[in-house]
Amino acid sequence: MKYSTTLNVNGIDYPVEIEAERSLLSVVRTEIGLTGPKEGCDDSECGACMMLLDGKAVNSCSYLALQAQGHKITTIEGLSEGDDLHPLQANFLEQGGVQCGFCTPGMLISASALLQANPSPTEDEVRIALSGNLCRCTGYDGIVKAVLITAGELAAQGA
Amino acid sequence: MTVLRPATLAAALAARSEHPGALLVAGGTDAMVAINSGRLRAEVTVDLTGVGELASWSRSGSTIRIGSGLTYTRLIAELGDLCPGLAMASRTVGSPQIRNRGTVGGNVATASPAGDALPPLVAAGAVIELASTDGVRRVPIGAFLVGPKRSLLAPNELITAIELPVARGPQQFSKVGPRNAMVIAVCSLAVDVDVASRRVAVAIGSAGPTTLRALEAEAVASAAIDWTTGALGDADLARFAALVAQAARPIDDVRGTAAYRRHALAVLARRSLGWSLEALRRAVA
Ligand SMILES: Cc1cc2nc3c(=O)[nH]c(=O)nc-3n(C[C@H](O)[C@H](O)[C@H](O)COP(=O)(O)OP(=O)(O)OC[C@H]3O[C@@H](n4cnc5c(N)ncnc54)[C@H](O)[C@@H]3O)c2cc1C
Ligand code: FES
Ligand code: FES
Repeated sequence: MKYSTTLNVNGIDYPVEIEAERSLLSVVRTEIGLTGPKEGCDDSECGACMMLLDGKAVNSCSYLALQAQGHKITTIEGLSEGDDLHPLQANFLEQGGVQCGFCTPGMLISASALLQANPSPTEDEVRIALSGNLCRCTGYDGIVKAVLITAGELAAQGA
Repeated sequence: MTVLRPATLAAALAARSEHPGALLVAGGTDAMVAINSGRLRAEVTVDLTGVGELASWSRSGSTIRIGSGLTYTRLIAELGDLCPGLAMASRTVGSPQIRNRGTVGGNVATASPAGDALPPLVAAGAVIELASTDGVRRVPIGAFLVGPKRSLLAPNELITAIELPVARGPQQFSKVGPRNAMVIAVCSLAVDVDVASRRVAVAIGSAGPTTLRALEAEAVASAAIDWTTGALGDADLARFAALVAQAARPIDDVRGTAAYRRHALAVLARRSLGWSLEALRRAVA
């Protein structure tokens, strides 16, 4: 049996017809067509599928799409303003926080959730915030640096 | 599969009694992994995240009542002072994203021997509140947890809350695993010191069919501690640690051998009680 529902992704309402057991990740990728969020494991282990649900990061591979009704969903596509990169994205590029790029959408989502909740994190806090995101390429250092630099930039702008 | 999304506890209980085989989903961090892997099939799923009554906690006198749907993230932020042992254990669960969704009730219902919320709840003598359309019953957690992934939860019941005393003294939780995040415990240990009744309680995780108390170790420590100063001799501390290791019933599995688990538990026991008594000495000094 299929359910008709509406999912609000990056500020846009998408009507979808889906089976109850579908994960949010599979619906966003295949019904809505936003393929930024990746499926690395489908098991909550790798973090490549991370999305914001009302501002909090969740592993969308293990979230029922139907549970997301009525919540605001943000994917990596919602982070930049058109072609203007989010400062986190710019700093990931700058600091070598991206190599193959598979983990990057999830890393950016987890990092943006962190900076929303805690605008001036310590290095330890950054590492804890990203502990559910695996990267097979970069060794994490460039990623952690990029987040810390972004926090510093945002603080300087705010001041 | 059909998904029901009750908005009130009464509606959730009605759904549960109408569809006793239904899969309950709170945070979904255990349930969805099982669905994705095809290990779990359910005709009807009941999503509990819309039931606000389950997601809150309250205090009455010296008792804390934690709604089964309280997430680890909220527990850590809001109950760190009142239930420090449970908050310490909650900080070790998964990743921040898992803690945003995972609930204490889901951990109790899963009844995994490796469930990290269980040792502090067992050590504190928590009581599980179960409800159905027939009424409410309260079961001590030690009786509720029957075996690996087996509990006294009846097919028409929900876990509505977990009750435990406000900390009566220092508490500790420690866990052994290959990484600091995203690990299932190789073994874990909770210590709960009740200063007023001069009693130490210890619970062991991931080293037996279910969470275990170490009763002999508790009796030895409770009798040997000088409760006016918080002092405990090295020999007594060593004896306590050895008795904790003896109380475990570990097996060899992919995460570790039985012998390693016993060894690690003795180390955790010695350190955890040592840290607890240090805190006690600071408090009485
Ligand atoms: C990547 C990852 C890492 C993890 N790391 C840890 C860890 O470090 N330590 C640890 O202990 N666990 C860990 N877990 C397991 C899981 O996150 C916890 O057990 C969590 O507490 C489950 O809560 P939940 O709300 O997500 O449960 P759900 O998945 O929603 O439910 C779990 C089970 O409980 C039942 N249930 C839920 N609520 C109720 C209720 N109110 N009444 C009756 N039954 C109910 C469900 O039907 C289901 O059978 C991890 C899981 C993942 C995916
Ligand atoms: S795909 Fe979701 S965590 Fe790996
Ligand atoms: S850049 Fe390749 S996995 Fe992170």
